[in-house]
Amino acid sequence: MSLQSTVNRSDSTGYLGHGSQTNEFLTFCLGTEEYGIEILKVQEIRGWEQPSMIANSPEFIKGVINLRGTIVPIVDMRIKFNLGSAEYNQFTVVIILNVAGRVVGMVVDSVSDVVMLPQDQIKPAPEFSAGLDTSYINGIGTSGEHMLIMMDIEQLMLSPQMGLSNPETAH
Amino acid sequence: MSNDSILGCDFDMTELHGLFFDEATEHLDAMEALLLGIDPATADEEQLNAIFRAAHSIKGGAATFGFKDITELTHEMETVFDRVRKGHMPLSTELVDAFLASGDMLKSMLSATKGDGTAVDTTEVTALCVRLRVFLDPAAANAPPAQAVATVPAANAKPFLELVFGPLDKTFNAASVDSVVADLKDFGAVEEIFAPSPEASAKGGHRKKKALLERRFRIATEVSAADLSDAIAFMADPERVKVVIPPAAAEAIAAPTAPVAEPTAPDDSSFGLFVDSATLPVNQPQPAEAKKSVGKVVEIKSAAKPAAVQGGADATSIRVSVEKVDQLINLVGELVITQAMLAQTASKADPVLYESLLNGLATLEGNTRELQEASMSIRMMPMSVAFSRFPRVVRDVAAKLGKEVDLITSGEGTELDKGLIERIVDPLTHLVRNSLDHGLEMPDDRVAKGKTRKGTITLRAYHQGGAIVIEVSDDGRGLHRSKILSKAKERGLNVSDAMSDSEVWQLIFEAGFSTAEVVTDVSGRGVGMDVVRRNIQALGGRVEIHSTTDVGTRISIKLPLTLAILDGMSVRVGKEVFILPLSYICESLLPADIKLRTIVGRGQVISVRGEYLPVISLADAFGMRGQAEKQGQGIIVILEAEGGKTAVLVDELVGQHQVVIKSLETNYRKVPGISGATIMGDGRVAMIVDVAHVVSLANSRVEKVA
Repeated sequence: MSLQSTVNRSDSTGYLGHGSQTNEFLTFCLGTEEYGIEILKVQEIRGWEQPSMIANSPEFIKGVINLRGTIVPIVDMRIKFNLGSAEYNQFTVVIILNVAGRVVGMVVDSVSDVVMLPQDQIKPAPEFSAGLDTSYINGIGTSGEHMLIMMDIEQLMLSPQMGLSNPETAH
Repeated sequence: MSNDSILGCDFDMTELHGLFFDEATEHLDAMEALLLGIDPATADEEQLNAIFRAAHSIKGGAATFGFKDITELTHEMETVFDRVRKGHMPLSTELVDAFLASGDMLKSMLSATKGDGTAVDTTEVTALCVRLRVFLDPAAANAPPAQAVATVPAANAKPFLELVFGPLDKTFNAASVDSVVADLKDFGAVEEIFAPSPEASAKGGHRKKKALLERRFRIATEVSAADLSDAIAFMADPERVKVVIPPAAAEAIAAPTAPVAEPTAPDDSSFGLFVDSATLPVNQPQPAEAKKSVGKVVEIKSAAKPAAVQGGADATSIRVSVEKVDQLINLVGELVITQAMLAQTASKADPVLYESLLNGLATLEGNTRELQEASMSIRMMPMSVAFSRFPRVVRDVAAKLGKEVDLITSGEGTELDKGLIERIVDPLTHLVRNSLDHGLEMPDDRVAKGKTRKGTITLRAYHQGGAIVIEVSDDGRGLHRSKILSKAKERGLNVSDAMSDSEVWQLIFEAGFSTAEVVTDVSGRGVGMDVVRRNIQALGGRVEIHSTTDVGTRISIKLPLTLAILDGMSVRVGKEVFILPLSYICESLLPADIKLRTIVGRGQVISVRGEYLPVISLADAFGMRGQAEKQGQGIIVILEAEGGKTAVLVDELVGQHQVVIKSLETNYRKVPGISGATIMGDGRVAMIVDVAHVVSLANSRVEKVA
């Protein structure tokens, strides 16, 4: 898969490098916004396939797919964040994440690049009004002309608002 | 499934012993790790409980299999630690040391019992028990050793016989000898006077046949040699057991020194690592022959042929990690999908031009199917594997308690994931022992209550609502509501008299909760139920208790199907395919023939042969759009669950499959109305319907309407 090779390419143009700690990030687009997530959390990138619906689930959970014998839920970030239009065609991309031992698929508009960003290139996100939850945003990174919203994907996927795991108060 | 070939073989105790050894070693390792990491000053309750549970579990297992020496030592450990855990006694470094030493001793006892030939110094065990007892009562420091020494001559003062077990080999090993010996305790005190030396065992690998391994025991009993031989004939291969009448009383008097001095050359610091081959042939057969020439040998005669010895000879099995098996199953699943894809592509090819290709693909199809079946069957085992150890448990415990019990098992054929079976055995053992000890009354009390003299314990396994239910029930006295409540208040738990029965019963799962007045080595410490619930919750299961005074108690363990295989009917609703477990389906019919009626414009009912059944549309229940909404379309499937019938409306019946249940919770969460998911032949995911939930949904709707 050609997209896979994009991920594996490490001699990316985004290298800016003099910071103390440099991490690699996968960047993707949701509507007009560009996001970055830690590449180590990404298991693979796949094309769209119609998932099987899960009963009584929120709209942004599209269902589950069979990923080589593993049942993987698919979340559409465009619906979750109200960004872009949720269309599904052969260009729709699903990023398969491996967060906290769980495998989750995430639908985005497109995958852009892999960039290397030193820690000091990531600025803290400004405080917004109470209406906007920024707890899963690590900061804002700059890669060339682009502004990247650095997302703590693990925290987001495990947060109760995503409803991807059993509530702790089971039984 | 073609499991029979794998599981049909004779089931013998050695396999269970193996399980026990593995478990006990695990518990010991865990205990050691905890002990090493513990700081006596700051030890918290959780750590103490964990150590206590480890000792308790080993004791339980050892008692089940009749490994008396291990039971004794762990009982001492448990008693001491119980007091520490309850805060009656501070945890000291000395105590931790004593526990570590006991752990080491248990390890060597385990390997000795396992039959690797190393002998355990019984005096050391006694010394350890004394060392542990000192913690309980410092005054006992001097008394018990004297007592221990005193018992030896006392035992020898009685008339005694000698037993020679041998030759020992794989099938008739030290463990089997131990179990026979444990049973002989009824006749009188038994002590070992000759055990296979470390040298012999080290050499065993190379010259098993030449080394005549044997073990000798001395039994202080009034019973005649012939009677004893008859008794033994029931327990072991008579060819391998000889009852010897010791030659002279003089030797008997000399004997007391034997157990102390004898245990296989204590000065041999090599522990069998450096084998002195010269000692081997001389040491081994000699004592046996010497005794033979002097004493009178009584050969045990019995019609029993040594068939068992040959039967279980080399049960070839390997332990493989579950992950590996899972990986294999997943890979095979992938293979099946790829194969289906290839077959579909090739079906367009010209059969004349590509004859050999198509033949090859046909063979591939057959092979893949067989491979899939074989790999799936690896994990599944019938419940009989777990149940088969209970007749022994029940017999031993009942005998110890002086109760009369019948054990009834049903549903042994219910298939369950092997991992689940292995982990359910411990909790089940606890429950059965509890039922025996606390549930069933003494025979005379039963008669007084107008019950049969013999109590009954029933073990039952069956599928229900996408889960496997294992029940342990007894016809004993039932749980004592007020006793539990008062005990709970005593312990400061938040309870009230208004609590429902089921809430009260749940209290017995609290850590350290026991209403038994006397702590026995069977149960009564209040750890059992705590462990039971913990283990079952770890498996994602639930425990429910039903109890009626003087009628009995039923404890059901409901386990989810993580990888059980299910016979299901696949049905289509809209674009989605769902699996209905076949066991719930009574019949299916076209609603065109029978009219759907509504009640108050909402709840639908259907009349089937004069019976009105609530109708639920699966599309409705799962909040999706089906095509069968309009009357006269779709198919009605009648399901029987939760004690009633319900009609479920679906769009279409697709087919009947055997599906592998995959948990949705691995990467997602519990979904109401769905018990799991499966991967269909085309690689798509289909949800398995939790029929019990859907039916209760229908019932609640009807109630609302009414």
